[in-house]
Amino acid sequence: MLALSTSIAAVALIIPGYSPRIAFGAMIENVATASGIVTVLNSAARYYVMGVAVAFGFKMNLFNIGTNGQYQVGALFAGAAAGSLGLLGPINIAITIGIAMFCGAVWSLIPGMLLVTRNVNIVVGTIMMNGIAVGLIGYFLRTRFRDPTDNLTAHTKTIPTDSRLPDLNRILNFVGIELPVSTKLHSFLLIAVLVGVVFYVVVYKSRFGFDLRATGRNAAAARASGVSANRMVLITMSISGALAGLAGMSVLLNQAYEYGDRFPLQLGFTGIAVALLGRNSPSGIAIAAFVMAAIEQGSRGLAMVGIPPQIGQILQGTLLVVAVVAYELANRRGRITAIREASGVLAPGASRL
Amino acid sequence: MREPLIRLVGIVKKFPGVVANDGVDLTIDEGSIHAVVGENGAGKSTLMKILYGSQKPDAGEVWIRGVRQNFGSAKDAIDCGVGMVFQHFKLAANFTVWENVVLGCEPGSAVRINSALAKQQIMELSVRYGLHIDPNSIVGELGVGERQRVEILKVLYRGAKVIILDEPTAVLVPQEVESLFGSLKDLVANGVTVVFISHKLDEVLNVADRITVMRAGRTVAEIDVSPNISRNDLARMMIGADLPRPEAKRGILSERIILELQNVSVETQGRKLISDVSLSVREGEIVGIAGVEGNGQTELLEVILGLKEPDIGSILLEGEEIRHWSVRDRRDKGIGYIPSDRQYDGLMLSATLWENVALGHQRGYPASSNGFMTKEPLRRHTKDVVDQFDVRTPGVDVIAYALSGGNQQKLVVGREMLSHPNLLLAAHPTRGIDVGVQALVWASLREAKREGKGLLLVSADLDELIGLSDVLLVLFRGSIVARLDPQSVSPEVLGSYMTGANL
Repeated sequence: MLALSTSIAAVALIIPGYSPRIAFGAMIENVATASGIVTVLNSAARYYVMGVAVAFGFKMNLFNIGTNGQYQVGALFAGAAAGSLGLLGPINIAITIGIAMFCGAVWSLIPGMLLVTRNVNIVVGTIMMNGIAVGLIGYFLRTRFRDPTDNLTAHTKTIPTDSRLPDLNRILNFVGIELPVSTKLHSFLLIAVLVGVVFYVVVYKSRFGFDLRATGRNAAAARASGVSANRMVLITMSISGALAGLAGMSVLLNQAYEYGDRFPLQLGFTGIAVALLGRNSPSGIAIAAFVMAAIEQGSRGLAMVGIPPQIGQILQGTLLVVAVVAYELANRRGRITAIREASGVLAPGASRL
Repeated sequence: MREPLIRLVGIVKKFPGVVANDGVDLTIDEGSIHAVVGENGAGKSTLMKILYGSQKPDAGEVWIRGVRQNFGSAKDAIDCGVGMVFQHFKLAANFTVWENVVLGCEPGSAVRINSALAKQQIMELSVRYGLHIDPNSIVGELGVGERQRVEILKVLYRGAKVIILDEPTAVLVPQEVESLFGSLKDLVANGVTVVFISHKLDEVLNVADRITVMRAGRTVAEIDVSPNISRNDLARMMIGADLPRPEAKRGILSERIILELQNVSVETQGRKLISDVSLSVREGEIVGIAGVEGNGQTELLEVILGLKEPDIGSILLEGEEIRHWSVRDRRDKGIGYIPSDRQYDGLMLSATLWENVALGHQRGYPASSNGFMTKEPLRRHTKDVVDQFDVRTPGVDVIAYALSGGNQQKLVVGREMLSHPNLLLAAHPTRGIDVGVQALVWASLREAKREGKGLLLVSADLDELIGLSDVLLVLFRGSIVARLDPQSVSPEVLGSYMTGANL
């Protein structure tokens, strides 16, 4: 799949006259350095949590397209709180994360309630909430939550150092890996791993997960088996929104230390792409997150060789399309094979039921 | 001897994993009613599809009137005078009869349909062949039997001289069956040849001139119908054994009531889907619900299962009022459910067999404990289900999609039976299943009765209802219009209650 999309991207390069070899070479170079890999891991952790947030809903065919709004609203309130609360460091961090997840959950629960009570399409509802979020955030950022000390850009008060998530450089030094001073491996990576483990256990090992997947596989059968559709929608949307809020914390507490105009805008949609690419599975999403982050990091090195960095986006886009098609084809072939195997059990001459 | 109208010689057709037709020969004489019988999976439908042109054979020849044919599509077959009436009608309910009949070959120019001509032609056909259909009726307002005759008109309009019918009586009540057979005889009297597929041996013996019996992709017999041939003779040719009988022993019933409905009504937008229904199911009793589809059977089951709440009335399970209970609580309390359409709400086709066995019973042993799924006990339990109910599968990790329909049904029945319910809701449990599996399902239902479970049986198979039920209730337009003794009721009386003729 990677090969196919790389070839398509190569064509996109050749047409205006660039050399694919130089382009891909530059991309790989930019990733293969210590700071490159660290940046990739940091981004991947963030994309992973966002991908899991989306995948939770996808597992029951609930398309939460509102992760953008959910994480932004979460980050806004969390950022405002963290900058102003002034509590002891670790408690501050815990409360900040809590607020982000709570706000994300609420923002996601609203379209969930609309679906349950008024049968409003979840895709429409969540996208609309994205729009409302933009307005809400714009208002609060410029009025109540604005840091009065900065007149150039609007942002919440800077978070004091002890309320930030630490980096893992010291631990790495312990195992003998020396990183350049400016490169920090975010501790959010650990949170991402935890999220992955919890995702796996809940969705694939718990009874709630069984009900969730059953609803996705056959909603009518799930209902007849005792699963309450409404309850599933509300719980799943809350979890999805909460995780989206959590994903935003990787930027707030490990990187920017403030919420403002410069906060990344498209994290939610990247999460959707990563979930699709990863087929909604805990390990698949991890690989997908890594690949997307790697491509992104690689394209940062393209400007240096005079090639437009948008090639990276083309690569990501084609990869997504190729992946979706490939998964569908694999699905179909899998079904035919399964049928062949099952009917091969019958002895020749037996009545073919 | 006249040249036979249709000759199929050595037809072979294979699908992945299955040989549907294994060298089939078939001869049909002009102006006769020819029946093709066999179990599900014997290859009848495939053979007819080849004759009709919608499938191409891998080997073999199709001869019509002594001329070898090579149908590329159904259109070629129709041009040659062969038309097919399917089990699932392809009619637009909002159009009139004549619009449906001419759809696809409208008389007139590209801009203006010559509706007057169309209506006239259809009227002629209707009269000539004794079909009694008014071209101006709206199809949505016609009954099932009449809609079937519209389908027949469709093929006649396109010049068919041979009409193939696929399981035509599957959707009809006894009176409509008689009516259809009358029409078939009229068609034949007017020079049309009729071929029909069926697995209802009584009817076949009633109306056909000649019968071809198929088994496992081959023709095993071709016989002229005579009074000497009995249902059992045919059955033995079809499955190599005698027909299974649904009869359950009438024992002495317990007095303990498991399920009771009191004056239950369900409305929607002013219309009563279920109207003042009261019934009870005792321990060890099979209550049969007869009725034409669409008269409230689905809603009745939904209300008992908990998918819908009644607007009026009480539902008592072992004396407890459950009308407000969730589906989950009712399933956990011991209501088992065999749905009419296993693929719609009985199975997760993309999941493994052991996951499917947990469906409906995922709370508690052996599926889960303390909120977590317990895979090993569940797999072991699934092996029990597979063994006891003869589900033919290489293992319990197979995806449900890969199983044949009959095996899927056996899995569902086994799952419900082995969950030890005290009330079993069974909707059309042997629909679309061949005779062998049917026998096993009936045996299971009889076993459930013996074990003292209460059983509510909704079915369109009158043999099944009469054979298994202790008491027969007829549902018509949401009300119970009759309470009959299955031992003494005749199919005609039953049919008249089902169609509301007795009111």
